[in-house]
Amino acid sequence: MNSSLLYALAGVGLFTLGLYALIVHTHLLRKILAINVMGSGVFLVLVALGGRIPGTPPDPVPHAMVITGIVVAVSATALALALMLRLRAETGQERLPEEPSGY
Amino acid sequence: MSVADRNRLALLFRWVLLLLLLALAGGLAYALLSLPDQAPGLSERVTANMERSGVRNPVTAVLLNFRGYDTLLEMGVLLVALLGVWSLGTAAQQRRVVPEPVLSFLVGGLVPVMILMAGYLLWTGAHAPGGAFQAGSVLAASGILLLLSGKRLPAWLPGRSLRFVLVLGLGVFVAVGVTLMSASGLFLQYPSSLAGGLILFVEAAATLSIGVTLSALFLGGRPDQGE
Repeated sequence: MNSSLLYALAGVGLFTLGLYALIVHTHLLRKILAINVMGSGVFLVLVALGGRIPGTPPDPVPHAMVITGIVVAVSATALALALMLRLRAETGQERLPEEPSGY
Repeated sequence: MSVADRNRLALLFRWVLLLLLLALAGGLAYALLSLPDQAPGLSERVTANMERSGVRNPVTAVLLNFRGYDTLLEMGVLLVALLGVWSLGTAAQQRRVVPEPVLSFLVGGLVPVMILMAGYLLWTGAHAPGGAFQAGSVLAASGILLLLSGKRLPAWLPGRSLRFVLVLGLGVFVAVGVTLMSASGLFLQYPSSLAGGLILFVEAAATLSIGVTLSALFLGGRPDQGE
């Protein structure tokens, strides 16, 4: 077990934590944050697996994928936030209509 | 259903969810732990073709040359996200910020350095960590800093010139790809003698577009034409 495997396992942990928050919370801002935490977990797994084999230079392909992924995640987050603000302007609340209020 | 029943049901739901997620995490961890010790991946093929890529940084070579499609489509994603945000409405009227002297002095000093930094990152991406996305992010950060400190877009900017810069990155990328396709028959197939220059050209346009797109996303809506 080397350190990059530890990072990859931490990435799995982040992904699972994010998924839990995504399901449990009804506030849309929390859901957006949860998706970002999940994405960070996936990026951590990819970067860690790129440098998994000790003694060799890290694989550049996952790193390039993560750079691409970060920019896509940022723009998707911006769109999600804009949608949430629009929903609040239309309905006055930041949760999806069919969900009971709570949490 | 009484309140107590509903609370009990919610608690049960939490526990079932927790168990399912633990099983998922366990499965994923098992998949990671059972990976073979030696896997070639793609790094050997990247190393073998580095000579022909036109750059010396393997990540840039993958991004702009070997997997150029990904980056091209990603520029498209950025643009579509911005179109989505713009179609939801105009930017909220930001309150007029009167920047404090310290802030405006700091912004005035920082922004030129950040633009210089973006140029450096763009240039150094050819042989060391850096590149269009890093440079574009720094550029976007300077744009957001300007917006936060109360600087307004000049009236002529939100029109055609802003839209031109927004599509510049994707447009240059597609134009280079199509030109190369007519020359060599394959989309984005750089000839190795020209690859370095073409990559820098595409990256420079992409940097500008990424920086301006991310700053525009920060505005949260279409900038008002009349303002």
